Amino acid sequence: MQLYELTALELAQKLRSGEVKQQEAVDAALSRIHAAQPDNNAFVTVDGPAFPAADLSASPLAGVPMAYKDNICTKGVATTCASKILEGFTPCYDATVVERLSAAGAVSMGKLNMDEFAMGSTSETSHAGPVKNPWDLTRAPGGSSGGAAAAVAAGEVWYAIGSDTGGSIRQPAAYCGVTGMKPTYGTVSRYGLIAYASSLDQMGPIARSAADCAAVLDLIQGRDPRDGTSLDAPAGGLLPSLTGDLKGKKIGLPVDCFGEGLDGEVRAAVLAAAEVLKARGAEVEEFALPVMQYVVPTYYIIAAAEASSNLSRFDGVKYGWRAEGYEDLTDLYCKTRTQGFGAEVKRRILLGTFVLSSGYYDAYYKKALQVKALIKKAFDHAFERYDLLLTPVAPTTAPKLGESLSDPLKMYLSDIYTVSVNLAGLPALSMPCGFDGKGMPIGAQLIGPPLGDGMVLNGAHAFQLETDWHKKSPKGGDAQ
Amino acid sequence: MKITEDMVDYISQLSRLQLPAEEKTAMTAELERIVAYMDVLNSLDTTDVEPLSHIFPLKNVLRSDEVVPSYDRETLLAGSPAGDGETFLVPKAVE
Repeated sequence: MQLYELTALELAQKLRSGEVKQQEAVDAALSRIHAAQPDNNAFVTVDGPAFPAADLSASPLAGVPMAYKDNICTKGVATTCASKILEGFTPCYDATVVERLSAAGAVSMGKLNMDEFAMGSTSETSHAGPVKNPWDLTRAPGGSSGGAAAAVAAGEVWYAIGSDTGGSIRQPAAYCGVTGMKPTYGTVSRYGLIAYASSLDQMGPIARSAADCAAVLDLIQGRDPRDGTSLDAPAGGLLPSLTGDLKGKKIGLPVDCFGEGLDGEVRAAVLAAAEVLKARGAEVEEFALPVMQYVVPTYYIIAAAEASSNLSRFDGVKYGWRAEGYEDLTDLYCKTRTQGFGAEVKRRILLGTFVLSSGYYDAYYKKALQVKALIKKAFDHAFERYDLLLTPVAPTTAPKLGESLSDPLKMYLSDIYTVSVNLAGLPALSMPCGFDGKGMPIGAQLIGPPLGDGMVLNGAHAFQLETDWHKKSPKGGDAQ
Repeated sequence: MKITEDMVDYISQLSRLQLPAEEKTAMTAELERIVAYMDVLNSLDTTDVEPLSHIFPLKNVLRSDEVVPSYDRETLLAGSPAGDGETFLVPKAVE
């Protein structure tokens, strides 16, 4: 067995036992990265350590090579959000997540490609060029954490940290056949995550198994005074809590997530996953969640509104790139922002400015916040009856490159099964559950109640004890 | 909801963006389609529904007023596209 076929926990075990040297693990990662990068473009910056020397007793994942999405601040390592406007920006501090993982012995191999400012569902809006899906280089890896999912799928790193505002961890994980988790809002500090939509953004792991995701969350969750939205909730202990036992658990299947627009092969694979969960002792039942028809417009109004405010800080003064040939201060702002942002980012800034502007605020932004209250209530109600919900992650498998860029509204609609989770602040995980006729991975999503992260992970762990979809690698493990 | 090029001009100005003419025409059409789709929310009665801005009931998140080390000026200015070692440099804004 090759090193890159191991899970992160398995590799860490071999490092601790001395069977594998730290340098061998780093060399294995670097050789995979250099082999795969020309094809899949998963990295924006490769920055592996010359002499890794992690304290292997620091955590269950110590010494394991990993990487961060490029919107997470890393001290001394360029952080660009895959945008021209942040060209040349090198943070002078680490995000809390980076600080915690470094202390736990994580070995960062660099920064991962993404949709510009995490705005996109295919990782094609990157200023550094599109990421390609390791399962089929003519297809998108999903987005916005497409580089993270592609790098894990291609065996370049054993896990990655992504961010998820409306599905940006779960959907690329599904498209690339890996496991990705968005934790409960507020459980992972957002300090050092360059903000897209602050009320929805949350960082989380992309890895090869639910157990690996649990191990990562054990290291990064927990209150941080530097993030005012950070929750004072118990953290840690997820990994040892995984039993794989679902006896007595009730899983709800929202019929509104299995209707029109869902690809037949995806539907069949997710329903087959429900049968596996039943075999592990869960009771599965269909129920109606009609609020699903309102989640995409609600999400895009709120996300765009917050983005228009958050991205006003990029003006060519304090950091990053500045346009040339400006006449005065306003012209400096305008030229820098017009030339520095890509089309999708500009579209969302304009949309957000529109829904917040005088005369339209009540009709769009306030309305969306009211519908958000109804969406949260509908999920609260569902979790009075069910321990977990099971849905598809996306209506189809990975699209061909270029298909989504031509029709932004169609791309937004493809986020239908993931965005509600962010609006309601819930934990949710994407796990591989099959392949379509073209050989592309299919993902199933487990959603839990607030702070039900352990329940979600245990559901996925139970599924992964019964199946081996998560052990499949693109072309038998060859990164093209 | 009809989105006009005048509206796109206005929100572009608020956003400090200047779209070239052809980009503006395309953006106007795209925004109109997107906003039209968002109008589906109007079919939902939200009378008496309190807007929900934050998912958890967080308020008055305070910390004690303690002085902690900050970054030095040089470090912070290092990321700026134009600085003179003392401040960020911008074109004159006040006559």
